[in-house]
Amino acid sequence: MTVPADLDRRFRDAADREGLVDVAYDLTDSPVGELLVATTEQGLCRIAYRPDDALGELVDDFGVRVLRVPRRLDPVRRELDEYFEGHRREFDLQLDLSPVGSFHREALHELALVPYGQVTTYGALAKKIGHPHAARAVGGAMNRNPIPIVLPCHRVVGANGKLVGYAGGLDRKELLLKLEGAMLDTLFP
Amino acid sequence: MTIPPFECFYAQHGDEVFGLLVRRLGRQRAEDAFQETFLRALRAYPSLRHGDYLRAWVLTIARNVAVDAFRREKPTIELEEPIELPKRPAYAELEHLTDELPPTERAAVVLRYAYDMPYDAIGAALGSSEDAARQAASAGVRRLRRKEIA
Repeated sequence: MTVPADLDRRFRDAADREGLVDVAYDLTDSPVGELLVATTEQGLCRIAYRPDDALGELVDDFGVRVLRVPRRLDPVRRELDEYFEGHRREFDLQLDLSPVGSFHREALHELALVPYGQVTTYGALAKKIGHPHAARAVGGAMNRNPIPIVLPCHRVVGANGKLVGYAGGLDRKELLLKLEGAMLDTLFP
Repeated sequence: MTIPPFECFYAQHGDEVFGLLVRRLGRQRAEDAFQETFLRALRAYPSLRHGDYLRAWVLTIARNVAVDAFRREKPTIELEEPIELPKRPAYAELEHLTDELPPTERAAVVLRYAYDMPYDAIGAALGSSEDAARQAASAGVRRLRRKEIA
């Protein structure tokens, strides 16, 4: 017998209200495809281009009580929508980077400072966090960015101005940069 | 088997649990019991040591929730329909042996000795405390021993 939709929703809300959920998540549509967005009590902890793989990763990082609670993700969905509509240039969301190691976290904090519509390079980012020879490691950190889009790893390119790589695929990286009006050709003629 | 994300567990067993509770309690009261069952499961979930027999586990919780609902109020619909549990020698034997125990003691004994759950998780699953779960399991075992001697 199928669980009625309103009962299902009431259970999810009750579970969340009682603080029994390690990670609340939802799926949301976007111009770069369906995204899984997830939050802990501390803040947004994951945006995933591949929702199927993400649930297991969330268990590893935060605990087994991973539950879809759409209401909890309303603020995140709203800011993402505004961003994709071109009305938002900065995100105003608490983040949870607790499973991320210290080097990785430093790189992500520096990344968060790269302004909308601008690009930097892996080398420049490495230099800024005091590891000038760690461009490759910074590239790895970007590749494992748990919160793409909000932490804008799409704004990091190779020294030659090539897009180089993106965990979500180069098409998405290009689309995000175009959306922000980043003029790659003029930056790296 | 590793423990799946709660969402997957819930998606897999939600409909069956709901059907069971509707048969036992009627449609209206089944809704509260459904929510209570999965809240109890959610409280106990982090204490699980493995992901085996999750179906039998959640059905045990559901049955116990239904018994609690019975106690509170006379049912609108009463159907005798035993829960079908998966075949598992140790469990099957325990199920048979514990048949005559009061429901809470039976659930505590089964969760402790067939599912190897720690007492805090059993307490959460039964909607009581760790101490109450330990007492229920031990009372159940004592009762079984007496039965064996008799």
